[in-house]
Amino acid sequence: MDSIRQGGLALLQRIESFFDAFFGAAGNPWRHLGALGFHFLWIALATGIYLFIVLDTGIEDVHTSIEYYTHEQWWLGGILRSLHRYSADGLVVVMLLHILREFLYGRFHGFHWYSWITGVPTVWLVYASGIGGYWLVWDQLGLFSAVASAEWFDWLPIFSTPATRNFLPGVLTDRFFSLLVFLHIGIPLTLMLALWVHIQRISQADVFPSRALALGTFVMLLVLAFVKPTVSHGKADLSVVPTVLHIDWHYLFIHPLMYLTSPAGLWLIAGGATLLLLALPLLPHKKQGPIAVVNPPNCNGCRRCFVDCPYGAIAMLPHPDKPGHELARVLPELCASCGICAGACPSSTPFRSVEQLVTGIDMPQQPVGALRQDMERRIAALSGPVKIAVFGCECAARVGAVEDQGTAVMNLMCTGLLPPSFVEYALRSGADGVLVTGCREGSCAYRFGTQWTEQRLSGEREPHLRPGVPAERLRVAWADRHEMSDLKAALDVFRENLKNLGADEMRLRPYTPRRIAKHG
Amino acid sequence: MVSKSPTNPLVMAAQALFYGLFAVIIAIFSTWPDYVHLDGDRSLIKLSFSYHGEPVGECRERSPEELAKLAPNMRVAKVCPRERSPIRVKVDLDGQPLFEGSAPPAGLSKDGASTLYRRFEVPAGEHLVSVKMNDNARIADFNLVREEKVTLKPAQIMVIDVRKDHGGIFFE
Ligand code: HEM
Ligand code: SF4
Ligand code: SF4
Repeated sequence: MDSIRQGGLALLQRIESFFDAFFGAAGNPWRHLGALGFHFLWIALATGIYLFIVLDTGIEDVHTSIEYYTHEQWWLGGILRSLHRYSADGLVVVMLLHILREFLYGRFHGFHWYSWITGVPTVWLVYASGIGGYWLVWDQLGLFSAVASAEWFDWLPIFSTPATRNFLPGVLTDRFFSLLVFLHIGIPLTLMLALWVHIQRISQADVFPSRALALGTFVMLLVLAFVKPTVSHGKADLSVVPTVLHIDWHYLFIHPLMYLTSPAGLWLIAGGATLLLLALPLLPHKKQGPIAVVNPPNCNGCRRCFVDCPYGAIAMLPHPDKPGHELARVLPELCASCGICAGACPSSTPFRSVEQLVTGIDMPQQPVGALRQDMERRIAALSGPVKIAVFGCECAARVGAVEDQGTAVMNLMCTGLLPPSFVEYALRSGADGVLVTGCREGSCAYRFGTQWTEQRLSGEREPHLRPGVPAERLRVAWADRHEMSDLKAALDVFRENLKNLGADEMRLRPYTPRRIAKHG
Repeated sequence: MVSKSPTNPLVMAAQALFYGLFAVIIAIFSTWPDYVHLDGDRSLIKLSFSYHGEPVGECRERSPEELAKLAPNMRVAKVCPRERSPIRVKVDLDGQPLFEGSAPPAGLSKDGASTLYRRFEVPAGEHLVSVKMNDNARIADFNLVREEKVTLKPAQIMVIDVRKDHGGIFFE
């Protein structure tokens, strides 16, 4: 299964890179499917408030009142109704793609289990919200859906009187209708609550799409509302069967599926799919590495790791010995072992004169001190006219493949682990240029590795790269796993540029640490 | 690399294309393809009831000795078994068997109503519907019977139900 997933991921990443070219990462719908889900839900909620206000809440009148605002008041009620319908449909589409995407990116196991498992009930809630909406219209489609749902639930031994008996000729009351209203308001509110739970373990969750994306999708729905306004079927009539229905397959596909199989069959399909989703985190998978470790003497309480951690796995606690100071602490059950905190820590700078570089917050499997040693050794071993240091990421294009006499490669667990001062250090200890690569923004396995690195290098985020570092000698080239050839090409162009630049132009003063000068 | 400026015509065209495609996907499956739930020349017969069968055994009088053994507040002369009979049903349509089955009483002590729900698609038109039920385990034969000629319009739903206050089996 894993090879299918990898194949799917390569395809998805190709699509995402393609969209990056036209939307930019921030506006790329594929990279913000969860945020689009929230966006559609807000639109449905806002339009729903108006529709509810103008609705006649009686079983006899509801259809008439909806017909009224669909046709007589098409310019307001009708448009809002269509927006309500199409945003709900859009929600299903982006939700299904969101599940597919998170699956392909392998975000269902390890520390991801929480987001994954809490996502599963939202699928049921989305469907229950949408299907309940169809009942509320109480046209033939609503009746069909209500009867089909009742037939489905009657298979479970939960009702003493079968729910289907409610829909025999002549027994429906306004109380039934109040129940529908209650369901169609209560379930979406429960959905909101479930989504709030869903994003609890994620810091700075991406719940609002960028302005461009929000506007683009809203205008899209609006155009749809004008071009193809939503209309009802005829009024529900309990004495006849609806024959031909224009059903909304996004939500109501379960009914034809049930008549194609059987109520038990549909339970098998729906229950089986749910169990499958819930069981995915149990599949064997790569074990998570050790979690981040704080070294209190090297922590000054600056809060940068706290701010940058993508999973809210760091708490700032009062310093036990220094009153008024804080100390970082890792919350083990939340930590994803990404290393982004180590890249955020000011104590991670390689320019420190200490023999053994120990930083404030570090990853046991790739400590910053060892990274400095490794980098010094590799750069010292470089030969040839142009020497380049490459910092890459294990999850992205495999940087190991570009290593040669003139190219030193440092493979990080996540590019977000790179303290920007390492770039300057590499340039001052013999490299002619530094190339930083990793997953594209939005592909990062740990959400923010790419974004934070980009911002640190451009000076928008602490810790920042010192402005003295010549831009000509730093190249940032993001490349997903399948974009190896792009990475190679970027490296070749960079090497060519550096060659033309000449050895002394735009060059930082070389720097030999005392500890190295001493030992020779 | 393309310029991502929103004023770049290529970017605008690509974005418009994407939103258009997205809208088409939403709109198409929002009403299409039509679902034919029931062919135009067919009708539906629903067999549905929620009905208490007769007790499985006779009620009987307690003997004076039995009564004496009970606590004074429990001394009721007549005892009836709580358990209800299952409802046996047989439906024939135009002389052909359509359904035969049995609905057990609900509840742990089997003292609840028997419920059943079945739907049958049949050609519209004239039919002879014959329904036989047994609601008493002490009787072997069907003790509730109804046979009637009905004319079903296309898409019409006819319900076969049974209720004591309707005098047994009735069609609606
Ligand atoms: C309407 C339904 C849903 C909405 C609106 C929604 C929304 C979101 C949002 C906003 C995020 C945060 C993304 C970020 O900031 O990086 C997220 C993350 C996530 N969602 Fe959903 N979600 C929904 C349903 C689901 C379902 C059904 C699943 C899977 C069964 C799922 C799996 C995940 C996972 C695994 C993550 C975590 C990603 C990570 O760890 O980086 N979601 N979701
Ligand atoms: S390793 Fe990643 S998840 Fe863990 S504390 Fe550091 S930044 Fe947070
Ligand atoms: S970034 Fe480093 S110094 Fe700042 S709070 Fe975190 S561990 Fe402490």
